[in-house]
Amino acid sequence: MATTAAPPAAAAAAGEVIGAAGDTRTFAIATLAMALAFAVAPHVGVYPVFLMKALCFALFACAFNLLIGFGGLLSFGHAMFLGVAGYASAYSAKNWGFPPELAILFATAVAALLGLVSGALAIRRQGIYFAMITLALAQMVYFFCLQAPAITGGEDGIQSVPRGRLFGVLDLSSTLALYYVVLVIFLTAFVLIYRIIYSPFGNVLKAIRENEPRAISLGYDAERYKLLAFVLSATLSGLAGATKAIVFQLASLTDVHWSMSGEVVLMTLLGGMGTIFGPVVGAFVIIGLENYLSGFGQWVTVITGAIFVVCVLAFRRGVVGEIGAWWARRKGRLGGRS
Amino acid sequence: MTEIFGVPTQALFGQLLIGLINGAFYAMLSLGLAVIFGLLNIINFTHGAQYMLGAFCAYFLLQLTGVGYWWSLVLAPIIVGAIGIVIERTMLVRLYKLDHLYGLLLTFGLALVLQGLFTNYYGSSGMPYRIPEELNGGFNLGFMFLPKYRAWVIGSSIVICLGTWFVIERTKLGSYLRAATENPSLVQAFGINVPRMITLTYGFGVALAAFAGVMAAPIYQVNPQMGANLIIVVFAVVVIGGMGSILGAIITGFGLGVIEGLTKVFYPEASNTVIFVIMVIVLLIKPAGLFGKER
Repeated sequence: MATTAAPPAAAAAAGEVIGAAGDTRTFAIATLAMALAFAVAPHVGVYPVFLMKALCFALFACAFNLLIGFGGLLSFGHAMFLGVAGYASAYSAKNWGFPPELAILFATAVAALLGLVSGALAIRRQGIYFAMITLALAQMVYFFCLQAPAITGGEDGIQSVPRGRLFGVLDLSSTLALYYVVLVIFLTAFVLIYRIIYSPFGNVLKAIRENEPRAISLGYDAERYKLLAFVLSATLSGLAGATKAIVFQLASLTDVHWSMSGEVVLMTLLGGMGTIFGPVVGAFVIIGLENYLSGFGQWVTVITGAIFVVCVLAFRRGVVGEIGAWWARRKGRLGGRS
Repeated sequence: MTEIFGVPTQALFGQLLIGLINGAFYAMLSLGLAVIFGLLNIINFTHGAQYMLGAFCAYFLLQLTGVGYWWSLVLAPIIVGAIGIVIERTMLVRLYKLDHLYGLLLTFGLALVLQGLFTNYYGSSGMPYRIPEELNGGFNLGFMFLPKYRAWVIGSSIVICLGTWFVIERTKLGSYLRAATENPSLVQAFGINVPRMITLTYGFGVALAAFAGVMAAPIYQVNPQMGANLIIVVFAVVVIGGMGSILGAIITGFGLGVIEGLTKVFYPEASNTVIFVIMVIVLLIKPAGLFGKER
């Protein structure tokens, strides 16, 4: 490819503001504030099931962002990791009687394996082809799930999955207990993603995104880094899907469908590609919107599409990216004056 | 009844015919995608929705104004192509300097808007579109019955595909187009209006999709979702063929249609996934695609 891949160049600039490598303190404060807000939210009248759904999708979007925002790789098939992990956790919890922690771990491992196989195939082509290949692979997985009712339940999905007891102690049938478990899972993964992004590995990944031939000439095996990023992203997406299946006691075809792959792209784009907090914001906005508009049928699709168009044409940095850029401009002005 | 490999010939040739029909649509759609990608560097995700628009356009022309199939075949591509030109002029033109991922995202959004709007008003069940009088009936070939309309679809799509190949590879206009694909700024320096060429190319690619849509209307019914799943298969076709060659796109399209048809006979469970499986195999053996060049 002659063109350099720099989709989130603008967003990356914003990323410098919210948690640059040396700026761990800002990140820690912001994350603590977020954790606190989530911990309090169900007690001030926010519906916990809605919060759990949004947190699962926020984790999904953060995992996706790891790939597009920092690796510059646009996957259009991430639903396969969410959906397959959902099936794996639902199936193992229901049919094999796995406790929830084991079901989630097992499903996450399945997603990692799927990520390894599909990633190894997809990174053989670059740019636009990468997106098309991931989309096609995900569609193949979708048809497989549709045609293997013995495992996936076909059109019905796997229903009434037991929530079980976490580590045999904590009864998850209490919604509030489950909510805090989901919150802990989300926060752990969120901090982990931050650590990955600012690790030496993350820096090499960003270097590959900016200029792949240069990174290769410096001796980095670009393919291996891209593959590892893909597998990490798939694994964390799987974690989101597995948790979601336990929360809703359901794994269905919706989560493997291509429109789900599009949805996670939208959440990330709307919140801000390449920003740390952007995907969380994007996920909450989109899930909130869907909740609010659930009675309007296909209008949701129309509005989703329209947001896509507006974001690409006028709002490429996303919500958090724009705020970051505004903050940077302001700081720059103040800095110039002093 | 005669059998080949334990399959009745009637079923075999029937599926082969369906395969060829599907292949005709794969070929026409992947051709449009390849032409657009060549010059605009954008993967047109709206292609499936524009194919659907073509079918709806024919449907409206018939229902509202009484314009029949033959005129629709001319008018629908022009109308939908014009809509495409408006999209290019107002939206895509802003993205050329950016990474081409944004083109994919924008056209994906547009596809959602179009499909959502039509599903809102027309539901997701299909509406029938009658085969034109002249093409009713069929030929008895002795070993199978060939409906006239299906023969027409296969024949005319081959003509359209080869015509496109001829214009791009053998005419002066085509040579401008190929030159602009290689190096747009140099071609512009020679005094050729490249931006206008880009606009018309997009319009042409979209018109091709709409033409396919009109052809598909009597076979698959007019349905808001008709392009949604098709476009993903066409993407796989494009990955398999590689977008470097026009003839390659045509051959891959027809070939994969036939393979899909044969899979329906011998192993029906895999017929939905066979094209994706072939894509995986091609990626393992020849990552650039069958007709693509390593870049």
